[in-house]
Order: sequence, then structure tokens, then C-alpha cells
Amino acid sequence: MPRVTVETVEHVARLARLSLSPEEKETFARQLDQILAYAESIQSLDTRGVPPMSHAIASGTFREDVPRDARLRETALREAPDAADGLFRVPRVLP
Amino acid sequence: MAAQLHWMGAAQAAAAVRAREVSATELVRAHLDRIAALDGTVGAFLEVMADRALERARRVDGLLSNSDPGPLAGVPVAIKDVLDVEGVPTTCGSRVLEGYVPPFTATAVRRLEAAGAIVLGKTNLDEFAMGSSTENSAYRVTRNPWSPDRVPGGSSGGSAAAVAAGMAPLAIGTDTGGSIRQPAAFCGVVGLKPSYGRVSRWGLVAFASSLDQAGPFGRSVEDVALAAAVLFGPDPRDATSAPVAAPDFEAAMARDAAGLRIGVPWSFLETGVDAAVMASFKDALRTLEDAGARMVDVSLPHLSHAIATYYLIATAEASSNLARFDGVRYGRRADAPDLASMYGETRDRGFGPEVKRRIVLGTFALSSGYYDAYYVRAQQVRTLIRRDFEQAFAGCDVVATPTAPTPPFRIGEKTADPLQMYLADIFTVPASLAGLPAVSLPSAPAGGLPVGLQLQGRLFDEETLLRLGHAFQQRTNHHRARPAGLA
Repeated sequence: MPRVTVETVEHVARLARLSLSPEEKETFARQLDQILAYAESIQSLDTRGVPPMSHAIASGTFREDVPRDARLRETALREAPDAADGLFRVPRVLP
Repeated sequence: MAAQLHWMGAAQAAAAVRAREVSATELVRAHLDRIAALDGTVGAFLEVMADRALERARRVDGLLSNSDPGPLAGVPVAIKDVLDVEGVPTTCGSRVLEGYVPPFTATAVRRLEAAGAIVLGKTNLDEFAMGSSTENSAYRVTRNPWSPDRVPGGSSGGSAAAVAAGMAPLAIGTDTGGSIRQPAAFCGVVGLKPSYGRVSRWGLVAFASSLDQAGPFGRSVEDVALAAAVLFGPDPRDATSAPVAAPDFEAAMARDAAGLRIGVPWSFLETGVDAAVMASFKDALRTLEDAGARMVDVSLPHLSHAIATYYLIATAEASSNLARFDGVRYGRRADAPDLASMYGETRDRGFGPEVKRRIVLGTFALSSGYYDAYYVRAQQVRTLIRRDFEQAFAGCDVVATPTAPTPPFRIGEKTADPLQMYLADIFTVPASLAGLPAVSLPSAPAGGLPVGLQLQGRLFDEETLLRLGHAFQQRTNHHRARPAGLA
């Protein structure tokens, strides 16, 4: 089983766009290590030939692909922390 | 009657409103008064929509003279704050959504309102429905109406507590791994997690999309059946809603339990169940046997892996679903000089510890090098768990277990140890993984604290669950008990 270290948590937090404090990183490393040690039990099962189950029911009811005017732009932008000219505005992309 | 309007069940209240014995306005007012008197202590609600509720109640009363407002005419209902109601804030119990006012109403809520129900307010929950005690709410503590130093369960703790305390005869919760059933058990009410796909999720904020399902709380099976009949059914706006019509629950409940076979996975129950919970469970089985049901021993060998499987799959899906809370489109944004640090800071300040822990765990399970060993393997074990149920249901109609391994625990008791908190879901996650319907009913209490009996059924067979549940409640009074001091 891989040990979860502070470095692992830092790497994963970066992937998840999550800034964590040093204390959070240490706590999470310890707790995730414990949780994954518990979850290790599933590694002992023989799953050869078992298909992965991604949904409880074979879903996928399809509708006609017809364009319609949802008139959502203004409504959607109303909730934005910052918007301008009918668009979401964000801080500069390059640091 | 007027003095006890707040203990009127949903079916009884709707009948009284339709017969014009009581007005929707009186009913709603009685519940708003009850909330005003008790909710400072219980903490079930995040938002009470008094003006909107009274206005809608007057509208229902106005309809009565020339039309039928519907099967839930005037019935007050509380909504877990993960379902949108247009013009009313949705917080999901999180700071990251502070200030967000949705521009639409969830299909589940629309269906209730179209049937005449009156939304009283939005209820407290664990942040983004992640938790088993409602202690992960960023906003307030919800107390168990039966014992104020104990948790109401979670994540739909506010909805369960509201129904238990007589602040609403009906409430809606959501259940990803037990979040309707476990709080129903802890608060001594009935909670139904429908089959996956039964209730539209349009307007429901997603936690784990292959598992999430909304469903009703009530104080009797009859009330829950009434709400389920309104909630169930396909929705063109939700591609995962199943094209299956709601069953006729009234006809199902008119039949008794005679001839039903109840499977009990005894070997799975051997360890880790509190003695008083086990005594309550055995007592419930005896009642069902007296009602004519037959007990069979079933084997579900992979259930011991259900918690591990669930916490890998649910967190993986959550890490993906929660990517949208990035300070760009809604909610709060942290000030930062560039985009990447804005994302990081917004999410660090907006999310609480449990949500961050799950995002980190889920991202890990999906990350390069671990994806096959954790996420894919968990999905394979999920198939094995579903097959266990399929085999069991070849020889029985319902699988019974306790809903939770212990009675409600104390506030603060498990917050320091996430794994211990996760293990509290041991009996509820299997049906979630398999997509099956399950209901929790009050069984004999343990030392004055509520205990739940869980009945799990075949896919889309809520009918048998409610039929058996109703037969149980015809022979027991556990669901008629009310928390002391909250008369």
C-alpha cells in the first residue's frame, strides 16, 4: 500500500485546485493514510473478469437534439462574483 | 384539533384541508409558530420562508372553492438545502455558496408544490451532504429532538429533526450513502431512499452522481407513500431519471405482509452492532413474523467491503462534481492576483474540513498511478455487491438490517476520527451502491433513544417496502412516540 505523505497531499491538492494550510496537509496525510489502510481490504478480492459498475441502472434516456433559446445568459451572470460585457470576468490568467 | 395541528400527519392534514375542516393557512401558521418556538433549540432550519409559505397557503385555500389543489393540499414541507427553490438562497451548508440565489426550482420541489404542498423552509445538512451527523454544516448545529446533546444523524439531519419535532409533517432529504435513512433512524421517523433514478435530480446540487437520490421523510409509512407518489416519475430535464411510473402505494399498503419473505444477512450482523440495537432489530423481526412474513437467512459476502468501496467511489465523484465551485460563476470569490491562486484560495476558504478531505481522497483515487488500483477496483467490487443482492433476492423479497449500528451518538463524539464516522454508514451504503430502494422505520427505542429498522428491496420495488413497512406500523406504536418535552 502506498504511504500517504504530506508530499502526496500537496500533489493531489494542486490537482484539485485547493490551497491547504501546513496543518491541513499534515492532518489529511495522517487521516488519508488511515482511510486507505482500511480500504486496502478490497485489494484482496479476486476481481478478474468483473466489469466495473459506473451507474446503478443502465441510464441514458435521450432527448431530441434540438437547439432552443434558453435565454439564460443574464440569469446566469446575475450570480457571478464578477461579470462584464455579458461574460464572466476573472483575475489575470498568467501570474 | 387546533392545538395539535403540528402533530397532524401529511395524509391526515391533506384530507382535512380538502374537506375544508382546516385551512392551509392555519396549518402553515401552526408550523411556523412551532418553528419559532423550537428551532432556536433544535436548529433544523437554515432559512424559514414564512411570507412565501403563507402566500402559497392562501392560494391553496382560494383554490378549494372550485378545484382540488392536489393530494398534498396545504401540507407543509421542509426542503434540504441542496435542492433549489427559485429566489431563495441555496447554501448546501457551505460558505462557498454564500449569497447564491438559484434562478430555478428543483423538479422535486415543483412536483410537491404542484400537488398542493407548501414549502416552509430550507433545512440544515452536512456541507454538500457529506457527513453522518450534520456537524459538518458551516452554519449551525442541529440537535436531536429526542436528546439535545446527541446528533440528529446526517447528512439530512435538519429534515429529519424538523419532522421529529413537529415542525413539518413532511421533509425532503437526499441520500448518497445513507443520508435519509440514518437520520430517520436517529430521529425516530420514517425515511425512504428511492431506487436510483426514481426522483428527478434537476435542481439538486450533485455530490456523487452515480449514487445521489432524493426522497421523503414523514412520521408514518402512509405519509411517506403519499409524498413518494408525488415525487416519483421521469423528468425530461434529468437524463438519469428512470422512465418508470410511480406504483399504486395505496393498493400495496392495503395488502398485508402475509407471504413476504424477509432475508436477514446474519453473518454480516455478527460484529459491530450495539446490543440494544440488535435487541430492537430482533423484536422488529418477531413483529414482522407475527404479521405473516417468513424469515430466511441470506448471504451477502461482499458487504464487508461496502464502506471501502463507497468511500472511494463517492469521493472520486465528489472531487469531480465539486470542481465547479471555483469562484467564477456563483457564490464567494477570494481576492487573489491571478486565476490559479483565486481558485485555490476560494476553495480553501469556502470548503470545510470534511469536504476538503473528501476532495483530496477522491482526487487521489482518480490520479494517475492509483486510478486502476482504487477507483476501477472499487467499481468492480460495486458489481460484486450488486450481484450479492441479486442472488439474495432470488430467495427473498426484502433484505432487513438495522439502519445504523448504534443509537444516535453524542455531538462531538466522532468528529476527530473521520474513519469512525464513515463506519457508522455500514448498513446503509450497500443499497446505495446497488441502486436499490430502502426505507428506515422506527423500531423499539434503546434507552429512550430512537432506533431504525432498514428494509431494502429490489430495484423499483418501493411498493413491497412500503407494504411491509405499513404492516409493521399497523402492529407497533414506535412511530407514534413523540420526543419528551416537545409535546
